[in-house]
Amino acid sequence: MTGIRLEPRVQPPWWLNLLLPTAAVAAALALCSGLVLLAGADVLDAYSTLFLSSLSTAFNRVETAVKAAPLVFTGLAVTVAFRAKFWNIGAEGQLLAGAMAAAFIGACEGLPVWSLAPLMIGGGALAGAACALVPAALKTRCKVDDVVTTLLLNFVIYYGMMALLDGPWKDPLSGYPDSPDIRMEAEFPILLKSTRLHMGVLLAALAAALAWLLLRRTTLGFEIDAVGENPNAARYAGIRLAGVTLAAAAVSGALAGLAGVGEVAGIHFQVMAGLSPGYGYTGIVIAMLARLNPIGVLPAAVFFAIVITGAEAMSRATGVPVFLADVIQGAALVTMLAALMLTQYRIRWDRPAHE
Amino acid sequence: MSEILSQVFQVGFFAAMVRIATPLVFGTLGELFAERAGVLNLGIEGIMMLAAMAGFSTAFFTGSLWLGVLAAVLTGVAAGALLGLLTVSLGLSQHVSGIGLTLLCSGLSFFFYRLIFGQPSSLPKIAPFEPLALPGLSDIPFLGPILFNQFALVYLAMAVVPAAAFVLYRTPWGLNLRAVGENPQAAYSAGVSVAAARYQALLVSGALMGLAGAFLCMAQYNAYTFGVISGRGWVCIALVVFGQWNPWKSAAGALLFACIDALQLRLQASSAFHLPYQLFLMLPFVLTIVGMALVSRNARAPAALLKPFRKEAR
Repeated sequence: MTGIRLEPRVQPPWWLNLLLPTAAVAAALALCSGLVLLAGADVLDAYSTLFLSSLSTAFNRVETAVKAAPLVFTGLAVTVAFRAKFWNIGAEGQLLAGAMAAAFIGACEGLPVWSLAPLMIGGGALAGAACALVPAALKTRCKVDDVVTTLLLNFVIYYGMMALLDGPWKDPLSGYPDSPDIRMEAEFPILLKSTRLHMGVLLAALAAALAWLLLRRTTLGFEIDAVGENPNAARYAGIRLAGVTLAAAAVSGALAGLAGVGEVAGIHFQVMAGLSPGYGYTGIVIAMLARLNPIGVLPAAVFFAIVITGAEAMSRATGVPVFLADVIQGAALVTMLAALMLTQYRIRWDRPAHE
Repeated sequence: MSEILSQVFQVGFFAAMVRIATPLVFGTLGELFAERAGVLNLGIEGIMMLAAMAGFSTAFFTGSLWLGVLAAVLTGVAAGALLGLLTVSLGLSQHVSGIGLTLLCSGLSFFFYRLIFGQPSSLPKIAPFEPLALPGLSDIPFLGPILFNQFALVYLAMAVVPAAAFVLYRTPWGLNLRAVGENPQAAYSAGVSVAAARYQALLVSGALMGLAGAFLCMAQYNAYTFGVISGRGWVCIALVVFGQWNPWKSAAGALLFACIDALQLRLQASSAFHLPYQLFLMLPFVLTIVGMALVSRNARAPAALLKPFRKEAR
């Protein structure tokens, strides 16, 4: 192209980290307004219902926070993995694995009451980590592409879960394919009376802080960044690539597993087919909008919680299909990617040197 | 055990295997063209969903199946162009661009399907393609019904494999495409437009993926459901690796996967195994992962795969 040149930036200015996701989201919403019009609804009507309904009452605000919890966890999971260039698209399956572990442990009659929460949390994290380690090991030892294996494993885990729920793990009382409820004592404590604000929401915020500490203040975090940025330089510096990739995968899987634990112990108290409406995939968009920064994951997760919660109300009020939320999600990732280019390059206008 | 196997491996089984392989062949060849040019197309799952929906809707409202196929192909081409914009023109991460495209296209497919069809009490259906028996050839014992009494799109898939090999290995366009995927710098110095070659590869890629979606909704099944693709797009990516980026081997891989898929369907139905049907559904995916583990150690991907090409950064 004559006249336009891309000049590599040395260091993107800090305010770009805030401007870009905002601009990307705005662009995505602008693009999706076309879909709203196609659905025959008024754009202002639809968007105001979409965003305001989740925030209009105290009850709705709590519900939004509750919905944000698993999104924070999956966003963090993807953040840690992507930083190490471990393309963990398997957060969805790791979430289900963590959920199954929590549901199993939470229903165990023989365990003392005080041990239930720590065991569910630990078990769920371990289950998620194990599910992420399989593709990671295949990557480090057999050079298998991690995108495909993490993705395919999602299907394997889902079918495995359904096989259990339809068979040996089916709740005899309900007649539906869902697991027996966990013990009353295993349910996460409610933080705010008469709401569903459960301990998992607090754990999510805590996890964000811990993830930030891990990535910014520990050796492992530094090694993860190094391996992701330039594996050859990292190897030259003595960093063991395989070990770091496996560690990143384990942390990532554990975080995704915790999303499942929160959903089981805080909301549903059992495992069923519709436990995750794609939280693992939304986590990818969240991580990218947050520019792979754990603290940025919090507002991004809240944003999508608002959109997902509000889409139902918008659909009822205006007739726009509820799947607008899914399109916004995909569009936001695409626009964010395009916007990211501006962090790496400046656009320079060239005047032709000679006429 | 041998009685079960002999019951299973009948003409009907092999005919089903060819049918099941067809969308995989289209999808795998689509992915292959993109990757040989140096672009990983992770949008395949979403493109197949959107193309399937577009094709089905068009066929539903116009009554013409071939118009539906055209709509599916055009949808795929448009999606391929979008991926080209992200990965070639903007040089963004191919991994995340592809995932973004899948999320976007799958969301669009849900949205438009709901917008067009609402939530009907019974599944909207079309009159699907009918098998087309090739005169004379379909009377050959055993092979006839398997290979020559299939849908028109199956014959197209059979033709696309040698056509792809020919185009890739025996035409200048194919040579440029492969050069751009191995050493774009050298190709650029020789006067090849890297961007144009990659864009063209992505358009072809999208078109083939669109055919895969069209086949699923209009031949193999007669309706569009949200789960119509259910991971087959991702399997195609594995099959490209499995086939070592070669059209013939990738098609063979597709047939192998289809064999396993057809087998698990029949094992589900047979009374020999009393296992939950979901375990059978799982089997092809598990075997794909195992297959990839075995093959990937020595896999030689196109050298420039995943690397954006920038003229300034020479």
